[in-house]
Amino acid sequence: MAQSLKRPALGPVDPDALLAPGLTNTEVSRKLAGIPMIGPRKTPLGWLTGFAFALLLLMVYLTAVAWLLIQGVGIWGINVPIGWGMDIINFVWWIGIGHAGTLISAILLLLRQKWRTSINRFAEAMTLFAVACAGVYPILHLGRPYLFYWMLPYPSSLGMWPQYQSPLEWDVFAISTYATVSLLFWLVGLIPDIATMRDRSTNPIMRFFWGFFALGWRGSAKHWHRYELASLLLAGLSTPLVVSVHTIVSFDFAIGQVPGWHATIFPPYFVAGAVFAGFAMVMLLMIPVRKFYGLEQYITMKHFDLMAKVTLATGLIVVFGYAMEAFFAWFSGNQYESFLLNMRLFGPYAWSYYALLLCNFLIPQVFWFKWARQSIPVLLFVSLVVSIGMWLERFVIIVVSLSRDFIPSSWGYYNPTIWDWLLYLGSFGLFFTFLFLFSRFVPMISIFEMRMLVNEQEGSGHADTHGAGAGTGAQPAAAD
Amino acid sequence: MQNIFRRRNPVRSATAVPRAAVPAPLYGLIGEFRDADALLHAAEAAEAAGFTKLDAFSPFPIEELAEKLGHKRDLLPAIVLTSGLAGAAGGFGLQWLTQVVDYPLVVFGRPPFPWPAYIPITFEMGILFAAFGAVFGMVLLNGLPQHYHPVFNAPNFDRASQDKFFLVVEANDPKFDINRTREFLLAQHATVINEVQQ
Repeated sequence: MAQSLKRPALGPVDPDALLAPGLTNTEVSRKLAGIPMIGPRKTPLGWLTGFAFALLLLMVYLTAVAWLLIQGVGIWGINVPIGWGMDIINFVWWIGIGHAGTLISAILLLLRQKWRTSINRFAEAMTLFAVACAGVYPILHLGRPYLFYWMLPYPSSLGMWPQYQSPLEWDVFAISTYATVSLLFWLVGLIPDIATMRDRSTNPIMRFFWGFFALGWRGSAKHWHRYELASLLLAGLSTPLVVSVHTIVSFDFAIGQVPGWHATIFPPYFVAGAVFAGFAMVMLLMIPVRKFYGLEQYITMKHFDLMAKVTLATGLIVVFGYAMEAFFAWFSGNQYESFLLNMRLFGPYAWSYYALLLCNFLIPQVFWFKWARQSIPVLLFVSLVVSIGMWLERFVIIVVSLSRDFIPSSWGYYNPTIWDWLLYLGSFGLFFTFLFLFSRFVPMISIFEMRMLVNEQEGSGHADTHGAGAGTGAQPAAAD
Repeated sequence: MQNIFRRRNPVRSATAVPRAAVPAPLYGLIGEFRDADALLHAAEAAEAAGFTKLDAFSPFPIEELAEKLGHKRDLLPAIVLTSGLAGAAGGFGLQWLTQVVDYPLVVFGRPPFPWPAYIPITFEMGILFAAFGAVFGMVLLNGLPQHYHPVFNAPNFDRASQDKFFLVVEANDPKFDINRTREFLLAQHATVINEVQQ
């Protein structure tokens, strides 16, 4: 049956289109469900190579974690006064990357932005894996990581309870809620697509497997109605959630009295920074994946154009945050704040501040030009630069502020050790291992939402309403 | 043996030996439609013709289809609101009971009942439980997981999750009459009409 479905001829993709013309429901279901359904012997060599490399990095990660658990945090470069180093930098960096996925899947759904359809599944998966990478760091940086469960409120023999006035305790609740809700949102989105895979599967074992996880989804109108309602409600819940999570992460700093941290601009500027870094990461990952799996008909240049615009806009909010930090330092007249600004601009870490401005302020400005937003090499380069820039931002905030204590006798300089770097490098192994498994076993583009988009595209060619016969005949009858 | 996860390939089962002379009880008549608009019109007409035991199946959500089949109000928003409020109350209660009632501890000379500091966790717990309500509420109200359903016996129904649209009139509908219902579906431009066994 499936073999007789002819692949329709597809025209060149218009740079302003969200979807290639001429796609049908049949073709969308065949192509997108087909990617994860190929047999084990047909696994692409490129995938195997990439996965092997990811596993190698994962081994680096496990080694770095194991050595840390054996030796303790002394193997890292942190010391008084710089008690937070790459562990917290990487935590904030990874969690920030994750936020783009929630933004795409939730906020853009509420705003009825159709362009999210092609990228939301992938971006949400990226969120999950980035949160997994982020969540490990705060646990590892505890002096005694094996006692991390003391942060949870349970009736213990100590008779003690967690300190709910601490932003670090808020983190526990915020991050775990964020991870849980993101996972649920993602799994709910998968149910109809797993049903498609169940129905397309010819292998009885895989049919049983997909059938089990599809929960018996049959596409009933009443089910769809409730499903859409639940998606909308989840989007409405995730939107304040994502804002609250990065706000709470910024409270880790803003509640403290360290110069350079104690600023009311932190929550909005952190949230914008998270979206900035996240969109850059989505582009950085999506460009090679799109090329490798031949998804140019589904992820068009229009998507990259829009993502580049979001990156530019949020980048400017971040730059506004930097300007305000400097303004507060001057306007407050506080000697510690102005000293810190002086340290950022002319101190021993001045290189990191100028590199940050180059990466997050100057280079992303090329996105004002359409040719830059339409050029794959430029998009890749700027995304990479922004990812580095956002890492540097956390470095500037954490390390520069901590290195200059209130008393000059306790000033210090932070030198990360090899174990700091290996743990960071290794966390990419964790991230990419998940990402490769995801791209192999799960449809990377939401199939049912693409079918909706195909239907709308067909409908818009005829009468715009649900009126008589709109769309009839536009869909070629598939041979049975 | 009935595969509970998927009906068999129709081509294969057509050539199989007939199982029993006694026909399985009829679940209803299913009509297949070419596109979303045809299904929407058929659903509208069926509702107008007085059928009450109807269901439609499509590869993607179709706006207004459930309303046209007589599905008016849904319990889900109320479930989400209730579970969210319960989660928020639980989150606040947890902090208050443990830090104010069970083991009061003065830190940094802060007030004994620092309620503003409890807002973040209260909020997070509210969101968490509302999300649980939305996900589990949707799945359970839909009667899932339900791995067997008579409609899976319909020929070509595996296309309902890909590119075909179906309307079922159940046999227990008071207005159901196999011949007249078949004619009705035909009048709605159903491309294929089949009987569905229980």
